[in-house]
Amino acid sequence: MIWVIGALVFWAVAWAVNVRLVGRVKSRAGRLAVPALFGVTVLVVWEGLVRGLEVSPVILPPPSMIGAKIAGSLPILLEDAVQTVLKGALTGFIFGALAALMVAVVIDRSSFLTRGLLPVGNFVAALPIVGIAPILVMWFGFDWQSKAATVVVMVFFPVLVNTVAGLSASDRMQRDLMATWGGSYWQTLFKLRLPSAMPFIFNGLKIASTLALIGAIVAEFFGSPTRGMGFRISTEVGRLGLDMVWAEIAVAALAGSAFYGLVTWVERRVTFWHPSQR
Amino acid sequence: MSKALPVLTVIGLMLCLWYAGSVLMNAQWERDQAARAGTTISFAEIVPKTMMQDRPVLPAPHQVAAEVWKGVVGQAVTSKRSLVYHGFVTLQATLLGFALGIVLGVGLAMAIVQSRAMDMSVMPWAIISQAVPIVALAPMIVVLSNAAGIEARIIPKGIISAYLSFFPVLVGMVKGLRSPEAAQLDLLQTYGASGGQAFWKLRLPASMPYFFASLKVAIAAALVGAIVGELPTGAIEGLGARMLIGSQFGEPMIMWAGLIASAVLAGALILIVGVVQRLADRRMGVRE
Repeated sequence: MIWVIGALVFWAVAWAVNVRLVGRVKSRAGRLAVPALFGVTVLVVWEGLVRGLEVSPVILPPPSMIGAKIAGSLPILLEDAVQTVLKGALTGFIFGALAALMVAVVIDRSSFLTRGLLPVGNFVAALPIVGIAPILVMWFGFDWQSKAATVVVMVFFPVLVNTVAGLSASDRMQRDLMATWGGSYWQTLFKLRLPSAMPFIFNGLKIASTLALIGAIVAEFFGSPTRGMGFRISTEVGRLGLDMVWAEIAVAALAGSAFYGLVTWVERRVTFWHPSQR
Repeated sequence: MSKALPVLTVIGLMLCLWYAGSVLMNAQWERDQAARAGTTISFAEIVPKTMMQDRPVLPAPHQVAAEVWKGVVGQAVTSKRSLVYHGFVTLQATLLGFALGIVLGVGLAMAIVQSRAMDMSVMPWAIISQAVPIVALAPMIVVLSNAAGIEARIIPKGIISAYLSFFPVLVGMVKGLRSPEAAQLDLLQTYGASGGQAFWKLRLPASMPYFFASLKVAIAAALVGAIVGELPTGAIEGLGARMLIGSQFGEPMIMWAGLIASAVLAGALILIVGVVQRLADRRMGVRE
């Protein structure tokens, strides 16, 4: 019982601190402290409730147990992350995004195709494309190639649609200016239209970055070598090793946030001129 | 209507690519068959054969269409082979998740707009929550809801699809509830309106266009959630389960039919939400 009460007291105190912090602190550190304190509160309440109510670790392990598991099985977690995140998700993300960029530039030359592709692409981007995972696993085998292929297909359409929309974002005046300077098609593309399309492209890349990990993990449910995050999760659930499952979830959350953060960081470097970044 | 021709052209091009792909990918099998029989086979003979295989690497579009047709019309609606039946199971979970997602998204958005502490502590975590691959969490949600004594398979699926669909609603509603200008809020204050009145009479109506725009994204996400939720949970009913079964038994036609059926379902749901959005926009006086 002491655990439950302790957790609830911590919650109340942390909330009071947060409410006071919000009113006062204006610095960057303060702005990070508020969500950080909230996150810590969630963990403390979780730990307190699980211990206090004596929830079986087979149902919900406390965070401390998960932390110990993470510390104790770093090599396995690293191997899984390399297999799923680097080989599956990242490879697929890069190939899918590059393919979409190239197709977008090619299609952009014909306004007829552009008009046709935008509605179709928008529609396809909304479809549950993860469903293609079992088919691609059948085609490319169990190893990371099929995971990367799934990610390529999932990433392709959001990036394509956003790039096509972005390529028409530059003003008519600006394009005319390029023409009066005698800029060729390629010069106009690289010096004006691609840079002004960047906010749109990064919007697509951000959507794609969260899809990429989902695709890589889902594809592992349909067959994988004996490593990888999706494989580990489905087997450990089967033998009730829930602390390992939560450890994988923590790694997945970390990888997903890092991936998204990386894309955002690059975006800030590339589109520093855009109003939303200033 | 100026869009119809380009759209049809693009779709036609995609179908052509699909046919070409199925000829190329299925040709090897026909060549192997011919080699085994000790005969040679010309390309002109291969082409029609590649479109009639029982277990093609890539079935031709008309084969998939026939399989979907068989699954929809050829069976009684209650049959385990009927795509309508499986589609309905998935649809139920989707709608449950969609409803949960709307409630959660709108509720959180209201709290965030009212309290700065909520805004600063919850909003970053809501963003991080979407970077967590939901598929990693899905098996856990199933285990937890089983432990909580919930037998119905629809509940974990609904939770998973709510997890995916609440986020667009949350973002859209926060934007919408903050969309009234300071001058409008000031005007209400000069009328002596309370905070609650300002909310009901100004903020909420002003947020409606944003709300309906976010629903379109949310329904698509909810369907993805329902399908993904069927994969690791050992479900035997639903479109996702159908694809899993096709994969385990090496039956490509079942997988393709499931894939196309879920695409059709997604399209129908998006269209319906789109119509609702347009009606609501017209009632709210949004000009296009």
